[in-house]
Amino acid sequence: MALDMRASIGADHSGDAPPPAPRPRRRPKWLGPHLGRALVGAVAGYALGHFLGNSIASGYINVQGSGQNDIATILALSIGVVGWLAGAGMLDYPVAKIFGREPLPPAPSKSWTRYFGPALDHKVIGLQYTIVVLLFFFTGGLLAMAIRTELLSPTNHLLGPGTYISVVSEHGTIMMMMASSIVIGPLGNWLVPLMIGSRRMAFPRVEAFSLWIFAAGYLVILTALPLGGFATGWTGYAPLQTQATAGMDAYLVGFAVIGIGMICAGFNLAATIINYRAPGMTWGRVPIFVWSILATAALLTLATPTLVAAGLFGVLDRSAQTAFYVNEHGGSSFLWQNLFWFFGHPEVYIMALPGFGIVAELLPVFTRKPLFGYRTAAAGMIGVALLSFFVWQHHLFQSGINPDMRPLFMLTTELISIPTGFIFLVGLGTLWKAKIRFAVPMLFCLGMFFNFLIGGISGVFLSDVPVDVTVHGSFFVLAHFHYTIMGGLVFAFFGGLYYWLPKMTGKQMSQRLGKWHFWTMFIFFNLTFFPLFFVGLLGQPRRVFEYAQNLQTLNDISSVSAFCLGASFIIFVVNFVWSMFIDPKPSPPNPWHSRGLEWQTPMPIPPYNFTRIPVVLADPYHYGAADARNVADLGPRTLELAGAVTPSAPSAVSSDETAGEAGSGDPRPPIA
Amino acid sequence: MSPSAETHHFRRLITIWVVLAVVLDLVFYFAVSPHVPPGAMTSSASGQQTDFTVLFMIALPVMLAVWVYGAYALIVWRESRSGDAEPEGGPKARGNLGIQVGWIATTTAIVLGVFVYGTVELIVPAGAGGGEGPSPIWTPTSHDVLPVQVIGQQWAWTYRYPTFGGFETKQLMLPVDTTVEFHVTSLDVIHDFWAYQLGVKADANPSQDNIAYTTTNQLGQFTVRCDELCGLWHGAMYNFGRVMTKAQFFVWAQSTQRQNAANTKLLPPFSYTYVPDANGADGGYYPDNVDPYSKVQQYGATSPAK
Repeated sequence: MALDMRASIGADHSGDAPPPAPRPRRRPKWLGPHLGRALVGAVAGYALGHFLGNSIASGYINVQGSGQNDIATILALSIGVVGWLAGAGMLDYPVAKIFGREPLPPAPSKSWTRYFGPALDHKVIGLQYTIVVLLFFFTGGLLAMAIRTELLSPTNHLLGPGTYISVVSEHGTIMMMMASSIVIGPLGNWLVPLMIGSRRMAFPRVEAFSLWIFAAGYLVILTALPLGGFATGWTGYAPLQTQATAGMDAYLVGFAVIGIGMICAGFNLAATIINYRAPGMTWGRVPIFVWSILATAALLTLATPTLVAAGLFGVLDRSAQTAFYVNEHGGSSFLWQNLFWFFGHPEVYIMALPGFGIVAELLPVFTRKPLFGYRTAAAGMIGVALLSFFVWQHHLFQSGINPDMRPLFMLTTELISIPTGFIFLVGLGTLWKAKIRFAVPMLFCLGMFFNFLIGGISGVFLSDVPVDVTVHGSFFVLAHFHYTIMGGLVFAFFGGLYYWLPKMTGKQMSQRLGKWHFWTMFIFFNLTFFPLFFVGLLGQPRRVFEYAQNLQTLNDISSVSAFCLGASFIIFVVNFVWSMFIDPKPSPPNPWHSRGLEWQTPMPIPPYNFTRIPVVLADPYHYGAADARNVADLGPRTLELAGAVTPSAPSAVSSDETAGEAGSGDPRPPIA
Repeated sequence: MSPSAETHHFRRLITIWVVLAVVLDLVFYFAVSPHVPPGAMTSSASGQQTDFTVLFMIALPVMLAVWVYGAYALIVWRESRSGDAEPEGGPKARGNLGIQVGWIATTTAIVLGVFVYGTVELIVPAGAGGGEGPSPIWTPTSHDVLPVQVIGQQWAWTYRYPTFGGFETKQLMLPVDTTVEFHVTSLDVIHDFWAYQLGVKADANPSQDNIAYTTTNQLGQFTVRCDELCGLWHGAMYNFGRVMTKAQFFVWAQSTQRQNAANTKLLPPFSYTYVPDANGADGGYYPDNVDPYSKVQQYGATSPAK
């Protein structure tokens, strides 16, 4: 171990290391990196970029007829993001290293203010992610309310076509950005190290960076509205993209920024899961949630670069007058469609797999049974992740691209329903002769199964080319993917949140309000989106503000239910604020009687999670077995290595040591 | 748990499932399937109707299997009913090779069946009404096809009839019992030609010819909507068309050709694609440089009949 990184990760990393020597001088606290400084940095960067852009290209390159300078907008947004990151202290470390200085470690803090600044503790970052993701989600939700209000009447318009299409595009983009990180960000970062018995993530600074750049993406995509919005939907198809006004720049820069965050979060999680498992945490004992995060992390790392590159091409087309997507100048409007969906379809599974992981993780706890078909579930997730790279052209069945390959993409798309179906095999098998407890997280899991079944089966209709001729681009598609993403992922996410928040915050949530939240959300979700299958089949295209008179009843049912669905989240917010801030009640250390390793840690969880790296003895699903061992030995110093660890464990030990030698930052061998 | 208890659960589940599946499938087939969109106005529309019906009749038993089992499990094995005893864990609860292999085999068989059926339904009716790109390999057997060009632009549909002098109109009129060859293209951004009751859908791409086939079977009116977001007035980009008798169609086509003759002369010559010349992506239909008839590239277009 050549490098001693204890000082550089900024805290007392190992249990017996001496505390780092106090630094000679520190900046006053208000000058240090935090949210306020990040906002100032963002505004300053925006102004600087706009000034630069206008100096370079004023009067030279404008969007035709709009009087807007795209170069100024793009530079303003990009430098604004850099300013935001600098303000948040994300650049301190690399800049100091470039100039050969040892950077200041962040001030260790126990106060609540640590949630507003850069952190290296994955538990702080997980909670920060939760707040940002909820902000994203509720913003997108309010925009959805606006869409449904406009669609109350086929002919009377509240918003007007320009505002309406901007709201639709903004809603779609915000929700897609949010959904790509809704589980990975909050629960993935918070839980994975605890679940695999690690002290921290592989790259804590990259983890903090992924959070802050994710938050920057939120601000960038919000600026699209004051910049005039964009009329392309979340898909941003090319000639329209080239034609659009300055709001489009926010879309392209925003997606690139979010994409960078997704890549960082992805490889960090993958590296952590592969290298930081505790001894004994063999691949056969890794919790199924971690398997789903691993599959998702692989997709994030491999698929997202395409999006970033495609966005860069779009930015160049709009500012430097290149012609990647311009047919007349040698480019192709098909190129964007191909690149976008080459990212976009793995993205769909980025938004599905973590939901599978959550429900599969929670079912054994609330049925008091082992997970049925653990290997099948893990294999299914990997299978979905692999196949998801081979299905993207089913979005383009009617587009005229590669028409002769439609049978192939029909086949791959239908094949992916086989590994996806494993989650139902696992779920139904686990319910067999179980003891089912209808706690709030379990209700959300069951709701997820109900919704995702409808979403998944309707996907088979879309994969069939002849039926797709009718339903492609209609409200049927819209209902389908809301059933999978909102009905699947978001239900699973809220189930996970109700399940793990007591551990994350140490405070109980109200079960009664939770049940109210579930039932209102479940009923009004279905009442909102089920009628839209019929609306689509009866001929209403997506993203229209005028529709046929005879579809008004169905649309109105959907709209009114959507308002009630929105209101159901007020119950959640009230529950959250009440039980966290107004009337907090301490949660018992393991309220659900789970065997998961994350529940075995003391409350509150110490920084760096485990004073000793635990030795994992069993998978977390030994319910209903009389001779069940503890899931892990949390005090391995007293452990007789040869006797207590199963034969598969030594290999895990050695792999952990190899990882340590590769620079994992763990200064000691895992077993003292 | 005795094995007889297991067979008891299984037998009950399968009985409920079979009865529900058969009854609901039959109800769907007789009561609902004749009304499944998009109707039977053309060969492709009725093909899609049949295809939807078949898929639904396969999907319904699958969904019922999950729902029946799920509801049964939630009722029979809920905590308040099953008492305090912990359920049996151990290897038996962790997996069952027979059930897992059976599940995988069944879903694979269903998926492959659906794929084969879908492919046949795509290829035999010449693309099932979907856009097949500029050089389709699945073409109708009939040699007697009526070519109609569909031109999308922000935010209107127009139609040109090359066999009638290439006149352009905003009304899509078609003769009954005729195979129609739609050539869909765009002058600016990507649109999508969705003739709902005809069961035809094809993207209108700039500088591309996207061909879709259908054969009209019934008289009546139909709606054309734009199905790909194309900007501000996308929601208002629709019009209506009509399938009429052959005699009516020829009367209409010839009289429109006569009436529009003066306008047709001012149009660019018929071509499968129109390349906007000076304005780049926001492309004007009519060239705005000095020569009002700047060269238009022709990709093997047959010269229009006079």
